[in-house]
Amino acid sequence: MYRSHVLVCGGTGCTSSGSAQILAALNEEIKKQGLDKEVAVVQTGCHGLCALGPIMLIYPEGTFYSMVHVEDVPEIVSEHLLKGRIVKRLLYTETVTDQGLKSLNETEFYKKQHRIALRNCGIINPENIEEYIGTGGYEALGKALTTMKPEEIIQTLIDSGLRGRGGGGFPTGLKWKFAAANKADQKYVCCNADEGDPGAFMDRSVLEGDPHVVLEAMAIAGYAIGASQGFIYVRAEYPIAVKRLTIAIGQAREYGLLGKNIFNTDFSFDIELRLGAGAFVCGEETALMTSIEGNRGEPRPRPPFPAKEGLFKKPTILNNVETYANIPRIILNGAAWFASMGTEKSKGTKVFALGGKINNTGLVEIPMGTTLREIVEEIGGGIPKGKKFKAAQTGGPSGGCIPAEHLDIPIDYDNLISIGSMMGSGGLIVMDEDNCMVDIAKFFLQFTVDESCGKCTPCRVGTKRLYEILDKITKGNGTLEDIDKLEELCHYIKDNSLCGLGQTAPNPVLSTLRYFKDEYIAHVVDKRCPAGVCKALLTYVIDADKCKGCTLCARTCPNGAIEGKVREPHMINPDKCIKCGACMEKCRFGAISKK
Amino acid sequence: MKSLEELKEIRERMQKQLGPRNESDAKIRVVVGMATCGIASGARPVLLALSDAVQKKGLTDVMVTQTGCIGLCQYEPIVEVLEAGKDKVTYVKMTPEKALEVVDRHLMRGQVVSEYTINQYIK
Repeated sequence: MYRSHVLVCGGTGCTSSGSAQILAALNEEIKKQGLDKEVAVVQTGCHGLCALGPIMLIYPEGTFYSMVHVEDVPEIVSEHLLKGRIVKRLLYTETVTDQGLKSLNETEFYKKQHRIALRNCGIINPENIEEYIGTGGYEALGKALTTMKPEEIIQTLIDSGLRGRGGGGFPTGLKWKFAAANKADQKYVCCNADEGDPGAFMDRSVLEGDPHVVLEAMAIAGYAIGASQGFIYVRAEYPIAVKRLTIAIGQAREYGLLGKNIFNTDFSFDIELRLGAGAFVCGEETALMTSIEGNRGEPRPRPPFPAKEGLFKKPTILNNVETYANIPRIILNGAAWFASMGTEKSKGTKVFALGGKINNTGLVEIPMGTTLREIVEEIGGGIPKGKKFKAAQTGGPSGGCIPAEHLDIPIDYDNLISIGSMMGSGGLIVMDEDNCMVDIAKFFLQFTVDESCGKCTPCRVGTKRLYEILDKITKGNGTLEDIDKLEELCHYIKDNSLCGLGQTAPNPVLSTLRYFKDEYIAHVVDKRCPAGVCKALLTYVIDADKCKGCTLCARTCPNGAIEGKVREPHMINPDKCIKCGACMEKCRFGAISKK
Repeated sequence: MKSLEELKEIRERMQKQLGPRNESDAKIRVVVGMATCGIASGARPVLLALSDAVQKKGLTDVMVTQTGCIGLCQYEPIVEVLEAGKDKVTYVKMTPEKALEVVDRHLMRGQVVSEYTINQYIK
């Protein structure tokens, strides 16, 4: 028994800011001070507040230390762990109040969250199956195998209203029902862990923080549809997730929770990992299965749907990591419990990866129906430097932007589609007044051009042409005709592409056109970028009245574009200016501006 | 592992071990003075005995933590039991054995072990 538990975040975010070194230093220091029999050091998954990493939580007090450095470790050990004196300067400022410390669950960031998929992330050691069991793990599998019929499990999922968390939002129970109804000598259960949207890291965090929940849910799925083999398709760019999954599968086999005759029943199930090389299109279900089969990851037309003819031409179900992470709790707590959360057509919670212009970059899980305003202003802590919210991009390169006028819309699958965006897998990128919407659309198109697999022409050629038109507009060479052409091409690509990648690729363009057409027109007609992003349309000028002639800008300019004598107003030579903005940053008198 | 009983066994064992990571439902706080004076007079074994016993008995509503110097150095090791709505109880000159008695009588059954409280020493 340990009197104190020190939890160090071992997610990718905190690992990249040095949590592995902190963990090592902590273990060493605790040993040195003779506390290793009293204090347990545990490496956990992500806590969600990635912006404040590396993060350390000390129990039983529940002290939350943020931005910890290796140099802080001896002080934490001798002051906090030995003498019980909290190291105040490392505390997360939100937990410090006049009345003393408040619990983490009462801070703005955590208050409105409701954790189901992430319930164990940051609390248990993902490399220890017994800790997972200690939180009720594998109980749902036991209950399913010994007390429920496959049809009951499927009916429970249908009643719960769980929909696919990968983005499409297809009812999970129905998917299972179709696969269960198809008779075959072999069926497969697959897990889509090929998270590819820029800025999305929900699935990675679940795999890193709670890998067993996915294994347990897949085994339940195997029993429900009559499959004995599962595959997890995870990208090789997630080394920590791959490592923890490998350990988890090994431990589950050792404990008899995967393998032959699980819980003394006739049911046998095993799982293998398949590493993807990181192609975005392999997140599309048919391309993913083609890739597992060992072929080049390209989509194929549907029907036949995977429930009938999927992996190796056998009935297959494919669900996303977060979808699986909800299932054991639904089996244990019942469909009504899950259906009591969320909105009419979207039940439960959704995990979002908050990124972009927001204070609390990180991972949040909120009940469906929470408004975007609550996410951005309360949980996310608002926009840095007091800037104004302009839009949020959900659904990554397949989604669209939500402008400020829709901040109060309750987030669920159908509402997002009705305003021209989509849930997507859960990436949420916040943009402020300094973001140019044409440039954002161009960024996502650049991504889809790179990631288009090339099998069908509308996507391969169409996205490239879209990108070229956007590039022309951002360089100031666009015409009003181009905007019309852009829109027409978008609809053509949507209607004619083979798979989801192409069908959704024009969404960023369409939604920015819908809400920010004035910005497109400013680029085309006035040859001006209102947000001051598109370099070709910018000019830097010095206000002669404000300039004191200190020469600092002239000395800073990397290209010698600024001329002028001491104590006389300076001038920028537009032919030489490379628009790097260095002079504007340096000027102490605010005399330089961009137009 | 082959049976549900074995799973249950692991769960119950681990639940106790994971107990300290659950802060929300702690109603009683047991605080051990662990400043230099406390440590010098033997507070650490007391803290360990308390923490172990609370976890082994599965007292999920009790949190055992340390604090600094309470200001009565001559009476260390000192253990305080804090419970909302009740007076603070201060035990002084504690030993691991006395601590176990406090767990047994005070924390589990709600009877203050008056012979070890500070009132016995300061009259």
